Amino acid sequence: MTDVKDKALPHAVAPSNLDLDTPDKPYLDSNELIINMGPQHPATHGVLRVILKLDGEKVLGTECVIGYLHRGVEKIAENRTYTMFNPYVDRMDYVAAVSNGLGYCQAVEKLLNIEAPPRANYIRVILTELNRIASHQLWLGTHALDIGAMTPLFYTFRDREEILKIFEKYCGARLTTHAFRIGGCQYETYAGFEKEVKNFLAFVAPKIDEYEALLTGNRIWIERTKNVGVISAKDAIALGVTGPVLRASGVKWDIRKAIPYANYKDFDFEVPIGHNGDTYDRYLVRMVEMRQSLRIIEQAVNGIPEGPIMAKVPKVIKPAVGEIYHSIEAPKGELGYFIVSDGSTQPYRLRVRPPSFVNLQALDVMVRGMLVADVVAVIGTLDIVLGEVDR
Amino acid sequence: MPWTSPMVEKYKGQYGSALDAQSYLGQNYFTVDRSLIPNFLHLLRDEEHFDYCVDITAAHYPKREKQFDVFWILYSFERNERVRVKTQISDGSSLPSSVPIWPTANWLEREVYDMFGITFDGHPDMKRILLPEDWKGFPLRKDYGILQQDNEWVQINLGIESGQ
Repeated sequence: MTDVKDKALPHAVAPSNLDLDTPDKPYLDSNELIINMGPQHPATHGVLRVILKLDGEKVLGTECVIGYLHRGVEKIAENRTYTMFNPYVDRMDYVAAVSNGLGYCQAVEKLLNIEAPPRANYIRVILTELNRIASHQLWLGTHALDIGAMTPLFYTFRDREEILKIFEKYCGARLTTHAFRIGGCQYETYAGFEKEVKNFLAFVAPKIDEYEALLTGNRIWIERTKNVGVISAKDAIALGVTGPVLRASGVKWDIRKAIPYANYKDFDFEVPIGHNGDTYDRYLVRMVEMRQSLRIIEQAVNGIPEGPIMAKVPKVIKPAVGEIYHSIEAPKGELGYFIVSDGSTQPYRLRVRPPSFVNLQALDVMVRGMLVADVVAVIGTLDIVLGEVDR
Repeated sequence: MPWTSPMVEKYKGQYGSALDAQSYLGQNYFTVDRSLIPNFLHLLRDEEHFDYCVDITAAHYPKREKQFDVFWILYSFERNERVRVKTQISDGSSLPSSVPIWPTANWLEREVYDMFGITFDGHPDMKRILLPEDWKGFPLRKDYGILQQDNEWVQINLGIESGQ
């Protein structure tokens, strides 16, 4: 006979000594259940299928089935010139297209051993940080919606619109922006760009307070996120997790600080970290990151120098034979490009190191022993974009 | 150009000609003999603190005898340093899995298998990850055309003549 105390467990916190390899040990009369979540499920943020092994409501293990959005981006790269491939990268993490473009352009610039002029770097930093805020806003809205808080979605989407308007005015596109070119920027800023960015900063700062007023002290939010999906710093590093997820576990590591690119070393900003590595800490880290991005944008827009926006780039881009790896701190983590050049106009091999793909691998560790509803919370908190997971 | 550092000297002394260290555009990489995998990777993690495996990937050179280059991109938080390890293997041969060294290698190695058909011994779950499990062919090989697909799979599973 099983103890009654054990039977009452599914609603309580999972016992820490639960042996996951022999899950039926403490529950002799429980049934294991395998259910499918997705690929068409609103809480998976795209076409992600998660196979859940459950004991009642408790998750014993998961397996992710991915690839539904696989388009063969890396194969396409081998069949396009360096310039032609540039717009394709926007279609991976389509809510942070500007970051994708920055990473790619800088990787090719590194391969060519050229550097974008200072003015181009300032424009790049402003747009990339705006994009980080937009990405975090989209994450916050959908993540809160998954957990049952509907209001933040309307707030964040309303405010994100202002960023997309700036993008649209700058380059004509709202999401797949193709904002940068190899060697700098194609477009000069439009008349009134600086003023609009400054207006946006003044507009959005109190809005972020508003999001926090809705959630940070909200008891339901805290109950649903505190101690949910905990990952230790050691596990996070071993699993290659990067970005806000790693920082929420207490590792102070941001590529903008550790291996500065563009001109991030000119700006004064802080890297927020969490302590518990749970969903609530990841939420707090991203909220602080939005504010820090505002700080960076403010410094950049006030210090934007005059000058050219394009470096001297050969008409036909033909890098010398060699390999290069370049990565940036995308809103979701380390986004890297590894390019092998054979001296021709097309990359011989182009590999994208996608942060979402690697972070998603940690899902299993994070949800074991938790409840089904927490799986939804953890998928949300990982902030994955399936276009980037599947490429 | 050659890359020199105390770490390089140490391993050159240990492995001799099986290991070469180069630097290109400020990025350092080791080219090692296949027989040094996984011991060398183990050493890099344990002795040199390369505790974060950033990426594992490969490139295909069909005209070479050893057709594949396999790359490990590693990072050390302690040293704030990135390094690449590169080795060559022939088609049909396998590599020891580095999942015991860095658990993150799990999905990364599965993707290398999926795209190139390189298998990793000792991997806990060596199967395709992005493509369907019964797909035939390895798309990132150079002899796989950009418009090529597994027609049979498409016809059976999607019920259409061609996905193109």
